[in-house]
This record gives sequence, C-alpha cells and structure tokens, in this order.
Amino acid sequence: MIRILLFAGMKEAAGTDQLEMEAEHVSVSDIRLFMKENYPEIPGTERAMAAVDEEFVPDQEIIRAGGTVAFIPPVSGG
Amino acid sequence: MEQKRYRVTEEPLDSGAIIQRVTDKNAGAVTVFIGTVREMTKGKRTLSLTYEAYVPMAEKKLAQIGAEIEEKWPGTITSIEHRIGSLAISDAAVVIAVSSPHRDASFKGSRFAIERIKEIVPIWKKEHWEDGSTWIGDQLETTSYAEGAPEEDKS
Repeated sequence: MIRILLFAGMKEAAGTDQLEMEAEHVSVSDIRLFMKENYPEIPGTERAMAAVDEEFVPDQEIIRAGGTVAFIPPVSGG
Repeated sequence: MEQKRYRVTEEPLDSGAIIQRVTDKNAGAVTVFIGTVREMTKGKRTLSLTYEAYVPMAEKKLAQIGAEIEEKWPGTITSIEHRIGSLAISDAAVVIAVSSPHRDASFKGSRFAIERIKEIVPIWKKEHWEDGSTWIGDQLETTSYAEGAPEEDKS
C-alpha cells in the first residue's frame, strides 16, 4: 500500500488529505494515472509536483509499498 | 539550546524574537522583511486568508533557503517564520530576518528569501473574498510550474 498526501485545492476536492493505492512498486507517473482514473474530481494531478521524504522527486521516481508520496500543487506562500 | 530558526506556526509572529535569533556580534546589519495580508488585489476585496502548509517539508525548505543565503553571502544568519491558519487583513504572514557583517548582503538575502519562498516552499494561500474563495496558485493559476518543476537555484 502506498500513501498519497494531498493539500490545498486537491485536498478540498478529494474531501480527504490522504489516498491509498494498492501497489508494490510504482512510479510517480503511475500514481498520477491512478489518481486521474479513480479521482477525476481532484484538480491538477498532472501539474502538482511530487515529493518523497520532503524533497521534490521526478516522475520516474519509484515508490514502494509502505512509502508515502506528497503532491504539491503550485505554492502561494509569502 | 539553539532556538529553531525556521518555523511554520499557527501563532502570531513575533518579529522581535525572530530578530534576536539572527543578532550576532559580527553583524553590522539586520534587515527584516514582513509580508502582510493585503486587502485589495486587482480590485477584489479580501476579507481574510487561510494558509495551509505541508509543515515538515515547509520547514525543511525554509532551512534550505537559509543555507542558500549563507552560501551566496558568507557571514549571513537567517531566520524565517511563516504563519498558517486564519489570518486577518494586515496580519504578518511571513517574517524574514537576515543579519550580515555589511548591509548589502542583508538586503539581498532577504529579497532572495521571499522570492524563493514563493517558488519552493509548500505553503498555500486561500483567499476569502466578499463573493467566494479560492486557493491561489491552483484553480486561478496565478502561479504554475512552467518548467515542470520548481527550479533549483542557478544564480
């Protein structure tokens, strides 16, 4: 199982701050597809940056079962 | 124990305490930048703002910005706090303090810090207007990752 963390408008549209994906071994791109197919109401799944261990990661990054990936929509702090 | 110099908090920001964290006997200057909640933006009246953060990553990225400043301008000391939760007009959303042996580095460092916050720190602002509300940087696309990723600092 892979944990997917959501924030801001993505979280609001999903109605939850976390999703789960049953998988042993997937890329960030695979997770984007999973979200698009299963949660089409979540905006910006293609555009949000992915982060693992609090660092931005590229789409080829592999996430293993037990791992967590956070999706970071365009930021607006300051 | 050294106080934490990079923090995301729901409490009102105390600029005096943040200045204290960068005050140093080798410093000849301290600049303080305070980002505050503005009422009017492009003709729309903001009633209040809500900020949300991915707190552990946001604090890590604030510390990264401090390290970038220290690398670019040796001798600087930086402290940054960002407030989250519900903020009213004129509340301080972010306080950046930079000290340096000579004033030029403090001015440049604080400018650099606020621009970097808007690029790489996972904090989001939701504006509450008279006629609705929106997460900025998302549906409105006032910011976007044109290059597909927040750029690493190249300068």
